[in-house]
Amino acid sequence: MSTMTQDPSIAQNDHDDHHHGAPKGLMRWVLTTNHKDIGTLYLWFSFIMFLTGGAMAMVIRAELFQPGLQLVEPNFFNQMTTVHGLIMVFGAVMPAFTGLANWLIPMMIGAPDMALPRMNNWSFWILPFAFSILLSSLFMEGGGPNFGWTFYAPLSTTYSPDSTALFVFAVHIMGISSIMGAINVVVTIVNMRAPGMTWMKLPLFVWTWLITAFLLIAVMPVLAGVVTMVLTDKYFATSFFDAAGGGDPVMFQHIFWFFGHPEVYIMILPSFGIISAIVPAFSRKPLFGYASMVYATASIAILSFLVWAHHMFTTGMPVFAELFFMYCTMLIAVPTGVKVFNWVATMWRGSITFETPMLFAVAFIILFTIGGFSGLMLAITPADFQYHDTYFVVAHFHYVLVSGAIFSIMAAAYYWLPKWTGHMYSETLGRWHFWCSVISVNVLFFPMHFLGLAGMPRRIPDYAIQFADVNQIVSIGGFAFGLSQLIFLAVVIKCIRGGEKAPDKPWEGAEGLEWTIASPAPYHSFTTPPEVK
Amino acid sequence: MTELKRKSNKQLIILLFASAVGMFGFGFALVPLYDVLCDALGINGKTQSTASTYQPVTIDKNRTITVEFLSQVQSDMPWTFTPQVNTMQVHPGELIRTHFVASNLSANYLVGQAIPSVSPGQGAAYFNKTECFCFNQQALKANAQADLPLIFFVDPELPDSISTLTLSYTLFNITDKGYVENVAE
Repeated sequence: MSTMTQDPSIAQNDHDDHHHGAPKGLMRWVLTTNHKDIGTLYLWFSFIMFLTGGAMAMVIRAELFQPGLQLVEPNFFNQMTTVHGLIMVFGAVMPAFTGLANWLIPMMIGAPDMALPRMNNWSFWILPFAFSILLSSLFMEGGGPNFGWTFYAPLSTTYSPDSTALFVFAVHIMGISSIMGAINVVVTIVNMRAPGMTWMKLPLFVWTWLITAFLLIAVMPVLAGVVTMVLTDKYFATSFFDAAGGGDPVMFQHIFWFFGHPEVYIMILPSFGIISAIVPAFSRKPLFGYASMVYATASIAILSFLVWAHHMFTTGMPVFAELFFMYCTMLIAVPTGVKVFNWVATMWRGSITFETPMLFAVAFIILFTIGGFSGLMLAITPADFQYHDTYFVVAHFHYVLVSGAIFSIMAAAYYWLPKWTGHMYSETLGRWHFWCSVISVNVLFFPMHFLGLAGMPRRIPDYAIQFADVNQIVSIGGFAFGLSQLIFLAVVIKCIRGGEKAPDKPWEGAEGLEWTIASPAPYHSFTTPPEVK
Repeated sequence: MTELKRKSNKQLIILLFASAVGMFGFGFALVPLYDVLCDALGINGKTQSTASTYQPVTIDKNRTITVEFLSQVQSDMPWTFTPQVNTMQVHPGELIRTHFVASNLSANYLVGQAIPSVSPGQGAAYFNKTECFCFNQQALKANAQADLPLIFFVDPELPDSISTLTLSYTLFNITDKGYVENVAE
């Protein structure tokens, strides 16, 4: 690889300068308060959930391979779409970002650990319980949640299965975990920066996570509130969402999306931070417009509280309200555009090499932008009436979440794996993973736009005959994308078990404190804070 | 960790936890806030839930509003519930009397609650009911039938852009719900 620094004086940096290593055995992982251990736990948990939710997507795509009902019953199909969504949002994307935050934020700001290590242990270890509860409900009589991940009332109240209480408690636990994780991130960043690490010197990944943490603290409690209302409506005869008792089912959507829209930025802002680290490293140029990136991130976060009703254009809102939410939504394209142009400007006339992290980062920029454009189309109120609840929406949010958030997580994994494991990953396998993923993800999601425009509704197990051919292509793309992720699993396992020894700074253009410590990062790093100039 | 840092950690943690608890409360505060906002802005098609008084005003004979009546019965309610007339022409300011007919098809005593909604939503504030069965719950003995009265007038201030008002009632079965009042049979 032309770009790897092979400076032997750095490469054989002694690895025994830390006082004591990791404890041994299973209890190491249960009792750990070490940010690197907890980061690893989060990342593995997230990957297991990614495969679990992915398996559900395979069930969905297999059923939709042909029109008619072939493999599963409609009720089970609905449980698959619901739990696929819940697992991917709360089990795969969010824990992956928290895992990256745990691994990287202390190393990036020169801190010895997270500020609240014991709470950190708790925030991880309650997650497996939450998802066990959620998944176990699938095997109960009456089935698991089948009302969509958005659990609109009255689907989740009047018409939901008996296991809904378990869904509610699982969401409560996930929320508590996220809030604790977010508090930890804020306290760490505010109080534990190394001397000289001023605000405007923070790496962008740290900045984007700080803003994400504030979003989490602001909206996860609202989600907890709305699931609690669903719980009491269903089991304790309240009528928050029951019109017969003076409530209003449309209010559910307002409260849910007040959480839900900031939530989608929770799932993309840390990606922006990752891409802002990787693009300069492989372009061998500093990031273009650092300050504007910080302000753009903050603007997106603030605007995210003013756009929730664009999910509800067809509920019969007054025209004035529809226009307000339409313009606010379109306004978000401005700071997002600033970011995309900054990344492109960073690459402009850089001396670029395309190792796997950079490949994923470039694909992110292009494919996330496609998802952003279809988002703009959806924001246009009159047009939205056609797109609403069709596969166009499915295509839109999978472009921003799969080829957006997930691709950035993959990019991050490849970029920092040498630091985590001390070995270089297999570049050949990494490229195989990238090209298989990027081709199949487009075969999977791009035709969905046309299905949606032609009128195929989302969340249905069967469809009209004219959608058959395109659905077949989509399903083939889906199976290929699912299988491609097994290459990633192979790369990671191979990289952990061995491989070319990684130097402290394996990427020539990489910047940041994490590259000043040994590879693999010692169990305790920055026990004496570095001086940042 | 220095003593100073430990202290500022603690303050920040308390502040952040308090924000999280506060936002949990805010989620619930959205419920009354929603009603207040819908009421103040006259959106969402909600009509007032108490009787308004009719002040004789000049009836605007030059303007005719089409008023349509719709009724729906939730699937778990074995009643029929239909308006006496489906549509009528009224002048703003005119006091109109009509009724809906409900009959209990089952062999059980059942309590219903009709929930009104006006479309377009902006017209709701101008649709005034001086008497409506929907202000109370509706109870019918087995196989009983009843005329449910509705007296209303359209406010002459109704914006010119609105020429048709649709009043829709959805009848819910609340017999087994906790909020059944003591309805006279």
